[in-house]
Amino acid sequence: MRNTFIKTLTKIAEQRPDVWLVCGDLGYSVLEEFATRFPERYINAGVAEQNMAGMAAGLAMAGKTVFLYSIGNFPTFRCLEQIRNDVCAHRASVKVVAVGAGYAYGPQGYTHHALEDVAVMGALPHMEVFVPCDPIETEAATHAISESGAPAYLRLSRSGEPKLHTAALSDARAPVMLRKGGDVTILACGPVVQDCLAAADLLAAEGVVVQVATLPCVKPLDEAFVQAAADASRLLVTVEEHVLWGGLHASVAGCLAVHERRPRILGIGVSDEIRASAAAGDRAALLKRAGLDAASIAARIRSAAGAAKAR
Amino acid sequence: MSTMSAADLRNDLDPTAFAKRIRVHALRMVHTANASHIGSCLSMADVLAVLYTRFLRLDPNDPRRADRDRLIVSKGHAAAIVYAALAERGFFSADELMKYCQAGTSLTGHVSHSVPGIEASTGSLGHGLPIAVGLALAAKADRQAWRSVCILSDGECDEGSNWEAVLFAPHHRLDNLVVVVDYNKIQSFGRVEEVLALEPFADKWRAFGWHVVECDGHDRAVLERALTAVPESAGKPTVLIAHTVKGKGVRFMEDKLEWHYKSPSPQQLLDAIAEVEAS
Repeated sequence: MRNTFIKTLTKIAEQRPDVWLVCGDLGYSVLEEFATRFPERYINAGVAEQNMAGMAAGLAMAGKTVFLYSIGNFPTFRCLEQIRNDVCAHRASVKVVAVGAGYAYGPQGYTHHALEDVAVMGALPHMEVFVPCDPIETEAATHAISESGAPAYLRLSRSGEPKLHTAALSDARAPVMLRKGGDVTILACGPVVQDCLAAADLLAAEGVVVQVATLPCVKPLDEAFVQAAADASRLLVTVEEHVLWGGLHASVAGCLAVHERRPRILGIGVSDEIRASAAAGDRAALLKRAGLDAASIAARIRSAAGAAKAR
Repeated sequence: MSTMSAADLRNDLDPTAFAKRIRVHALRMVHTANASHIGSCLSMADVLAVLYTRFLRLDPNDPRRADRDRLIVSKGHAAAIVYAALAERGFFSADELMKYCQAGTSLTGHVSHSVPGIEASTGSLGHGLPIAVGLALAAKADRQAWRSVCILSDGECDEGSNWEAVLFAPHHRLDNLVVVVDYNKIQSFGRVEEVLALEPFADKWRAFGWHVVECDGHDRAVLERALTAVPESAGKPTVLIAHTVKGKGVRFMEDKLEWHYKSPSPQQLLDAIAEVEAS
């Protein structure tokens, strides 16, 4: 994902002299090509995120389109007020790009897990939030935010994520139903979409047919899509590599709160208890611990789908 | 786009009269709105007067024109006197000033960029300098002649974000960046040296690689000389450490913490205006 991002950005920068890349002293083996090709538009701000974000806002106020690149929590929480005041209040064209979404930095521990970022970035005015599930969505989202002229948050995992789409996307803001059919629908974002597809396979083997949709843009939420999915489903399931408060689940539930026909909405994400307790392990192990692996997702859906039928 | 003419400096405006007028405006505004921060306004009146009459190349008829100088007022709580300076500089009518802090207007108690001439909304301290650094960086990259100026309070020099920016600017040779510190020695809840000492203050900036000028922040001739000399050292950003007095110009307000908060009574307002006008 991060390689697709930087390749796409480099291509955009060839055509767009206003595009700058600012990093917080990281990006080894990722950012070098951009830095070498556009040295006058590449800044390593050092380990100083508050200045990095405020300075990015200043660059944007002078007409630049600025991509801020760092690890999950650093360009978001460390400089949250700069993002809120200097970037969002001024609708400055600054794109916060965080790598290491969710549990991507597995064994590195709590400080490097980004599990509340969607909620926090999404709460800010003018901020669009993109959570791509694969390189194809990453490419589309990078193009979309480079053209928006407004603040955006792009949440990336790491590298090696498989392509879940079969063709390029024309609209990074539009959800896509990756698997169709059945009256149980999973709405998911980020690389856990892959685990949702695997969970759907497990359930299909038992005769439970599940649809799976990916929502690369969490804010603004495509409400019409969510409402249509609700109309077509007896059970709606949201899955996200994020805490359950303030992310995809909260947005979907909020969108449907006033919808006439509302199915049960099962939220699968990271609980406070799991979030607050430290554990080592790679991403797969941590996803399993949080109940976000395919088997756990399938088990939750199996149980909820049975209850939904019995109702 | 037409090129900026020398008239845009407004050398015809007299900084002494300008300072007097914005002090009186600010006193009236703060009194009418029952607002705080008059002490912080008065301490920077002379700095603003020199900036707006002798340094900043601006176009009130086109506040966003590309080649203007940028002033970021990081001590956003001194909004009243900044709005007053903009009105005196022709960005809007001085009649508007009495709407300060009134419902439905954009004249908020901390500077707002919805007001013509305000570049950035500030109020949470420690935000202005990084923004000014980004602006200066953009001007350098684009080989533009406009300057980036930032006014800091002394209290906000406690903020780590400022020191990140202070480290960054000389590294990137931003000699088109000018910082003025309104060093009135009193911060929000005590004297600077008692709350969190800044001294040796000039040495700190020097050690970070800045060109440092210390001066009397109420001596308009000295301020003008210092500003027009910028950049004195090629490649170095400039900081003017302006030694000022909180509440300057109104004796009963001078060097008193309480005027960070209080609003003058009707009689105090009359006394204060009389003193400013007689000075």
